[in-house]
Amino acid sequence: MTVLLIALGAALGAPLRYLTDRAVQARHDSRFPWGTLTVNVAGSLLLGAVAGVPAGPTVTALVGTGFCGALTTWSTFGYETVRLARAGDRRYALANVLVSVLAGLGAAALGFALARALAG
Amino acid sequence: MTSPSSRRVDPDVDLRVPADRGELAAHPAAVLGVVAAGGALGALARAGVQAALPHSPTGFPWSTFTVNVTGCLLIGALMAVLGRRRAGPLVRPLLGVGVLGGFTTFSAYAMDVHLALAAGAATTALAYLAATLVGGLTAVAAGDALAGRLLDRADRRRPGGGPGGPAAGRTGRREAR
Repeated sequence: MTVLLIALGAALGAPLRYLTDRAVQARHDSRFPWGTLTVNVAGSLLLGAVAGVPAGPTVTALVGTGFCGALTTWSTFGYETVRLARAGDRRYALANVLVSVLAGLGAAALGFALARALAG
Repeated sequence: MTSPSSRRVDPDVDLRVPADRGELAAHPAAVLGVVAAGGALGALARAGVQAALPHSPTGFPWSTFTVNVTGCLLIGALMAVLGRRRAGPLVRPLLGVGVLGGFTTFSAYAMDVHLALAAGAATTALAYLAATLVGGLTAVAAGDALAGRLLDRADRRRPGGGPGGPAAGRTGRREAR
């Protein structure tokens, strides 16, 4: 059952990452990877909330491990950072690391705290 | 250096790359279908590693670290192969966006750091944060370099060979005879 929930959540999260990335890129012409940053921060916020409630095993598998895990990505973030650094956009590469880590951590902490407060 | 794929930054989808820009309109159901299927497979593999290597809130999250660094090595290698060999239009969506995107995770990375900090294990949190960054970025470069070297060697062994895939290789051998 857990396997199915994880697969279902990921089967929604991965295409949503792809579609969000396209939609964000279509709105600007910057080389900065705003699309990946968007999904990584949004997924971290949601996972923080799932951990903060705290959710039961069903929601954790479906939303946490499956959906948030597949919506967010470390491989894409890592590849983009290396590409930017190699293309001479070292400031963008460094900014991508700093902003992604700080915003991701902040989002996870915020989601956790908000869920704690709301769950009372 | 000015070929479209050399301008690529985003391996998931980069609208500066013409093939990426047109792929969703060309076959939307197939692209989203293989991304979903690959994402499910990748996420299950990640969950398997996480179940095999559990950690306490104050312990070093080896499972997520391993998953993310391995995924970085593989995306570096995959994109190097796709930059030098012809591949079907669904290979990148299936393996890069789906499998590796679903396998690696930024949300668990952020959550692990937060939980370790909240549990009072600041040293573990910072070591994990930094080790994943150094390991992941190094792994991308290593995967790219390793795959590039192997493909170059294969090209040199093929008489009259060059980048262009198996079809070009066969033509090259025929011409050599």
